[in-house]
Amino acid sequence: MDKWEYSESIESDSIVSIQSKYGHFIDGKFSTPNSKKYLKTVSPSTEEVLASISIGNKNDVDSAVNSAKEGLKTWSKTAPSERAKYLYKLARLIQERSREFAVLESMDGGKPIKESRDFDLPQVAANFFYFAGWADKLDISWGTKEMKPYGVVGQIIPWNFPLLMLAWKVAPALATGNTVVLKPAETTPLTALLFAELCEEIGLPKGVFNLVTGDGTTGSELVNHEGISKIAFTGSTSVGKYIQNAVGERDIGLTLELGGKAANIVYNDAALDQAVEGVVNGIFFNQGHVCCAGSRLLLQEDIHDEFINKLEKRMQTLRVGNPLDKNTDIGAINSKEQLEKITSLVNEGVNDGGELFQIECDLPSSGYWFRPSLFTNVQPSYNIAREEIFGPVLTTLTFRTPEEAVEIANNTEYGLSAGVWTEKGSKILWTADRLDAGVIWANTFNKFDPSSPFGGYKESGFGREGGRHGLLSYLKVQS
Amino acid sequence: MSKIKDQTMSSKVSWESTIGLLDSVKVDEVGVKERVSSLSTRSIKRESKLQALNYVVSMCDLTTLEGEDTEGKIHQMTAKAIKPDPTDDDVPSAAAVCVYPSLVSTAKEIIGTSNVKVASVSSYFPSGQVPIESKLLDTQYAIDEGADEIDIVINRKAFFEGDYRKVFDEIVALKEACGDKHLKTILEVGELRTYDNIKKASLIALGAGSDFIKTSTGKISNGSSKEACLVMAKAVYEFKESTGFSAGIKVAGGIRNSKDAIRYLIIIKEELGEEWLSPNFFRFGASSLLDDVLRQIRKLKTNAYQSSYYFPRG
Repeated sequence: MDKWEYSESIESDSIVSIQSKYGHFIDGKFSTPNSKKYLKTVSPSTEEVLASISIGNKNDVDSAVNSAKEGLKTWSKTAPSERAKYLYKLARLIQERSREFAVLESMDGGKPIKESRDFDLPQVAANFFYFAGWADKLDISWGTKEMKPYGVVGQIIPWNFPLLMLAWKVAPALATGNTVVLKPAETTPLTALLFAELCEEIGLPKGVFNLVTGDGTTGSELVNHEGISKIAFTGSTSVGKYIQNAVGERDIGLTLELGGKAANIVYNDAALDQAVEGVVNGIFFNQGHVCCAGSRLLLQEDIHDEFINKLEKRMQTLRVGNPLDKNTDIGAINSKEQLEKITSLVNEGVNDGGELFQIECDLPSSGYWFRPSLFTNVQPSYNIAREEIFGPVLTTLTFRTPEEAVEIANNTEYGLSAGVWTEKGSKILWTADRLDAGVIWANTFNKFDPSSPFGGYKESGFGREGGRHGLLSYLKVQS
Repeated sequence: MSKIKDQTMSSKVSWESTIGLLDSVKVDEVGVKERVSSLSTRSIKRESKLQALNYVVSMCDLTTLEGEDTEGKIHQMTAKAIKPDPTDDDVPSAAAVCVYPSLVSTAKEIIGTSNVKVASVSSYFPSGQVPIESKLLDTQYAIDEGADEIDIVINRKAFFEGDYRKVFDEIVALKEACGDKHLKTILEVGELRTYDNIKKASLIALGAGSDFIKTSTGKISNGSSKEACLVMAKAVYEFKESTGFSAGIKVAGGIRNSKDAIRYLIIIKEELGEEWLSPNFFRFGASSLLDDVLRQIRKLKTNAYQSSYYFPRG
């Protein structure tokens, strides 16, 4: 018989309606921007222009912050159990409209529909449900009633998990009684704009949630606005450092969730077949656009060849293509700029002497694509072993002993996450104890839960999101 | 089939090499379940669905293994295996019929010149709780009656007592008795329970010379599972890497609908590759699965979901 190919199985985009032009969401409604400058948001899988969004200027940010200040008056008088009701409403509405959100997320950001449908959206709803639950229990969260919200919080989120990062930031901020001015990433604003529509629909009091779209200049206006009491940022380490400098002389709160170069340590006594799966998931999930991606594979030297052999075979089965095809494993690279960055780092790795394996597959003729890639024969001094690539590129290093594994794993400026693979429980604990990373997974990778705090060490940032600890990012404890 | 036989003879590995494979068995349960659940989200539509359904028919070992089986019942089922849908010539024949030894000759009569095989369970299926001498007699009888394929059970008593050597030796002896007949070795994964056990039993069965490893007898409540199939596929792959021999997998017990069957095909395609998508390397043991598959095929072709009475009973 003929080869069995999966027929195309495309999730229909008729469920979404995208406007040609968007304004900002301020004071409970969409408003005409003060700025007359627009930028186009494109679908990275087709390069088709999806919509024009406003590049918010100083006046736009000003209006949004003033609206949030006004909103705070209402919100601070709203009973905590009432705040919870709004968050529960948002959670339920997100669930009801999750297909619409998922399709929009995949169109605007390029991630495969199976991920936006099965990972992003369920997590988004779970975060709203989780923090809704905390809203009227803050006094027992840290054993004190002396906790106050910051007030007006500025939040800047990245393009890799647009709606999920919104949820991670907006849900705890509102639950703890803050009001929000959010700036989504310039390449992926559409799901945040749809979320703003939901806020209007549930009748969230005016000014509690404000949205200003734009680029880096907009973000900078927000960071430097004197009406802001707290900045929460997720994104690159270089921008994080800029923000830390900018707020250094002001009495405001700051949470930074920045880059990573996580070690995924595979010991020779691991269940290798499942470790291969975990390593694939660790680096190729969301095209590797994951700050906690397991981008450095640390292999015990005696299993190197066997493991690489299994890994390459497995990688070859990854299906790269249309993000809306339900059978796509790897979607499009988020932007042209990011594709160029990945390409240049990979070329540098080859020039340094790294051995590059890329899977054989057809790539669509338009859009931004990069083949899942694996580097072997890499030395810890190469740039590909040190710099965050933020793409579907895995770098392999080897070690001889557990001590050496830990040393290599910690030999990075980052410290966001790490993975440990062994069937021996004591070795998991020994290793995890010694790793400088905020999140450590054992015999799995990229697992998230709203109740589990997430955040980094060293240049990966500070502050925690999620869980009881995540509340502290939005509360000042005064006793 | 002769090609497979030659492969078997040249690749049967020693107990010592089998032990070597067993030593490194480590399976992570969470990882296995996660992989299966991820593969279960594959969306199979249109042409690919029709192709898959035809595969399932051609890989089907149409089975009846009951005390109440009679010559009449076997006649009906065998006729159905030869021509599953009399109104549609594009639907292939099933791979085999699977019966008890006493009904092998009956099935053989009906098979005639069609290329449907007759498989017989033996070795005191389903429990295997008799001495090897009895198992050999049971198997020899089925072969003498004309069985093309023999489905045996592993000695779970020996397995759980830790006597892997005995499990291995019994399969070697039964394979010798089978000669060029195709040997499928049933692990009874529902009794083995853990994925480590399933992987170990798979490697023992493969090392001892089985042509196929098979999940279940269908006689206990825990039948086949996609997780077990995945673990067995990993064992088959590993065995091929170390010996060059490509063994087959048969899943049986509790697979009743097309959707489920297609999910097994996805596991085989993505874990082992296209070569395994053939009745030479993958089989379904089932009694009611075939009817659902035939209805789905008819639905794809006519857009109408037909009642069961439009299909002859087997």
